[in-house]
Amino acid sequence: MADCCSNDITVLYSCSGAADVGEIADRVTRELRGRNFGTMSCLAGIGAGISGYVQTAKGAGRAVSIDGCATLCARKNLERIGVSPESYVVTDFGLQKGAAPVTDDTVRDIADRVASGAAFMNKGNSAPASGCGCGGKC
Amino acid sequence: MKLEILGTGCAKCEKLEELARRAVSETGIEAEIVKVKDINDIIDYGVMITPALVMDGEVITSGRIPTLDEIKKMIGK
Repeated sequence: MADCCSNDITVLYSCSGAADVGEIADRVTRELRGRNFGTMSCLAGIGAGISGYVQTAKGAGRAVSIDGCATLCARKNLERIGVSPESYVVTDFGLQKGAAPVTDDTVRDIADRVASGAAFMNKGNSAPASGCGCGGKC
Repeated sequence: MKLEILGTGCAKCEKLEELARRAVSETGIEAEIVKVKDINDIIDYGVMITPALVMDGEVITSGRIPTLDEIKKMIGK
């Protein structure tokens, strides 16, 4: 659903990759949308260069990327069009690519941690308690 | 040229339409201005945040109101 008239609309992007962690990233993003954490838009539309998706990302008050792994396809797609998203990576939450259980519990747990990490960041702190997207470097 | 204003009718959408009309008038460009209010038509453009401005089928802004000068530059290309 298109959103209107606010300057701080959060737009969520998932890598939705083929691996188990990509599927988890996709389901976490949809879970967060269901919690009204933000609206979801299509990363594939950005990759295809479709103007509506590109301009939506550029006009978002806050863009959030949720990647499955450290390849960071979602984040890099956004950065390629000049958008710097708040970045989260499923493998940063202790899951291993290729051996991650795609279950409702896992999805809810990661969604909770992304949501709490995002809240932490929005309070002006430099990094969330987990899932900052640094790949374990901070 | 065809300019489309995408939005469901909020104040910001009205403002964008007003600016687009002024830009067309002040640049002397011949343009048809159409308002698109149907949410399904808006989503078909890939636009998730309105208001949005479309020029000849290409979305040129979304989620913000460009300035009058910006619109003039964009439509003057």
